[in-house]
Amino acid sequence: MTVGRAPARTAPTGAPRNLRRPLVHVLLSLGLLIMSAPFLWMALSSFKTTSELSASPPVWIPTEWTLANFRELLDKLDLPLYFMNSVIVAVLVTVSNLVFCSMLGYALAKLRFTGRDKIFGVVLGALMVPGNLMLLPLFVLMSKLKLIDSYAGLVLPFAAGAFGVFLMRQFMQSIPDELLEAARMDGAGEWYIFWRIVMPLVKPALATLSIFTFLGSWNNFVWPLIATNDPDKYTLPVALATFATDPNKAGGSNGMLMAGAFLVVLPVLILFIALQRHFTQGIATAGMK
Amino acid sequence: MGTTTSAAAEPAKVKDGPGAPAPGAGRQGRPRGKRSMGVQNAAGWLFSTPFLVLFTVFMAFPILATLLMSFTDFGLRNVTRPWEANFIGFENYTELFGDEKFLKSLFNTAYFVVVGVPLTIALGLVVAVLLNNGIDRARTFFRVGFYAPVVTTIVAVAVVWRFVLDPSDGLVAGLFSEVGLTAPDFLGSGTLAMPSMIAMAVWRNVGTVMVLFIAGLQAIPAEVREAARLDGAGVWQEFRGITVPLLRPTLLYATVITTIGYLNVFEEPFVMTQGGPSDSTLTVSLNMYREGFNFFHMGYASAMAYVLFVVIMGITVLQLRLLKDNTK
Repeated sequence: MTVGRAPARTAPTGAPRNLRRPLVHVLLSLGLLIMSAPFLWMALSSFKTTSELSASPPVWIPTEWTLANFRELLDKLDLPLYFMNSVIVAVLVTVSNLVFCSMLGYALAKLRFTGRDKIFGVVLGALMVPGNLMLLPLFVLMSKLKLIDSYAGLVLPFAAGAFGVFLMRQFMQSIPDELLEAARMDGAGEWYIFWRIVMPLVKPALATLSIFTFLGSWNNFVWPLIATNDPDKYTLPVALATFATDPNKAGGSNGMLMAGAFLVVLPVLILFIALQRHFTQGIATAGMK
Repeated sequence: MGTTTSAAAEPAKVKDGPGAPAPGAGRQGRPRGKRSMGVQNAAGWLFSTPFLVLFTVFMAFPILATLLMSFTDFGLRNVTRPWEANFIGFENYTELFGDEKFLKSLFNTAYFVVVGVPLTIALGLVVAVLLNNGIDRARTFFRVGFYAPVVTTIVAVAVVWRFVLDPSDGLVAGLFSEVGLTAPDFLGSGTLAMPSMIAMAVWRNVGTVMVLFIAGLQAIPAEVREAARLDGAGVWQEFRGITVPLLRPTLLYATVITTIGYLNVFEEPFVMTQGGPSDSTLTVSLNMYREGFNFFHMGYASAMAYVLFVVIMGITVLQLRLLKDNTK
C-alpha cells in the first residue's frame, strides 16, 4: 500500500455487456431518490407553516416558505450553546486521538521493542469490544472523579481509540525504514523522527483519522447522555433527543423538530460532501486485512 | 510540523519531547547495535504509554468492573460507595433468564439482526455491483448519495424518521394517500414498529456495506472477468462464479461489523418509540440503559451487558467459522 491514495485500480470496467446502462441508471436513480427522501422531507418540512405541517394528506412542497420553525426552536432551545459543547468535545477528542494514536501507531509500525506484539494484540482486541460493556462502571468512575457534567468527562473515555492506532500503524508501515535509519545515523532522537519526519509523511492518514474521529464524537449519543445531567453541558444530539422525547417541550411540533434536525445534520452533510474522498478511503482501509 | 524529510539532516534541532530518548545514541557511523535496540525499546514503551494509560483506566478497568458488578447487587447508593455492594453470585444471571422483559428484549434484538443484516448486506451488494457496472462519470455522485445517511447524526435522523412514518401527516402517509390508501400507524403498532425500525437501519447502513463491496470489487483483477467472458459466462454466471467467491473476505467483514452494530442497537428505539408499544421495540441495549441509569439496578444491568457481550462474541466466532469453511 502506498502512503495516502488508495490503489488507483479504478480502471473503468469497460462497457458492461449485458447489463444495459440505462437500466443501471434508472435503478440507481430510484435508489438515490429513496435514500435522499427523508433528508428532502426534513429540509422541506422545516420551512412549512403549522397548517401545512399537519395537513392530511401531507403537503409536499411548502407554498409559503417560513422561518417560523427555526425562530421558535431557537427561542426554546439554546442551540448555539449545544453546538459549542459539541464542537469543544469533538475538537479535544480529535486532537488527542491524532497525537496518541499516531504515537502508538509509530511504535507498533517502526520501533522494535519487547512487548510490541502483545500491545498490538490489545489494540486488536479493543477494536472488538462493544461500548455497552463499559458504560456502567465508567459512570461510577466519573461520578467518583467528579467529572460528570464536565468536558473532561465527555472527552477522556474517547481520548485514544483502537481504530486510530490501527489506521496509523497501517499507513506508517509503508514508510521506508532506510529513511528513519538515516535520521538515526545522523543522531536524530525518536521523538524528532516521529514528529518531524513521520507525521508530515502521513498527513493523508491524519486527515482521514481527523474526519472519522470528529464525526464519531459529533454523532456520539449514549455516553454524553449518561455523562451529563446539567442541560448546560448537553451536546447537540443529547439536547435534540431530550427535546424530541419530552412531550412538554417539543409538544409534537414536527416543524421545530425538523428545523432542529436540519441544523444538526447540515454541518455534517456539508463536511461530508466536501471531504467525501477521505471517507470512502478510511472505510476501505479499515476493511483491509 | 511542515518540515520535509530534509530536516532529518539537522540533528542539532532535536528537541527532547516526553518520548525523546537520549539523542546521543547511535551517533555518526556507529553500527546499529545493542545500544540502538535499547533506545528503541525505551522509545517504544514511552510512545505506547499514553494510549496504554487511557486504555487501562477507561476500558480495561471498566470491562473488568462490569464483570465484578454483575455478581453484586450494585445499586444507586453504591455509586458513591461502590465497596458496599454485596456479592450475590450468579443471582443476577439466573434472574435474567426468568425475566420476561429481558427475554423479550433479547428476542427483539435477534429479530432486528436476523431480518436487518441480510437485507443490509444484500442491498449494499446490489448497489455496489450496479455502481461498478458502467456508471463512470456519475459514480461519485451516486456513492455520495448512498453513503450520506451513514455520516449523519443518528439522533437527528431518528427524529426525522419518526415524522416520515407519522400516520397522519408523514411522508409515507402521503405516499399511501396518493394511491388512495390509509397509512397504518407504523411506530404505534406492535407488529409494525420493529419492521419500520429495520427499514430505517437498512437505509442508514447500506452505504457502509456498499463502500466495502466497491473496494472488494475493484480488487478483482479485470483479467479474471475477461477470462470468464471469453469462456462464455453470462452476467449471472460471472456474478455467482467469480464475483461472489472473490468477495468472500469482504462479505465476511461486512456481515460481522453489521451484525455487531445491530446487536447494539440503541438510539433508534430510544428516540423513535422509547421501546414501545408494549416493549415491542425494547432492545437489549435500551433495556440495559433503563435498568442501569433509570432504575439504578446496576448489578443487574451489568449482567445484561455481559450476556449481550457473550452473544456478540459467540455470533462473531460462528460467522468467522461458517464463512471460512465455505471458502475451502
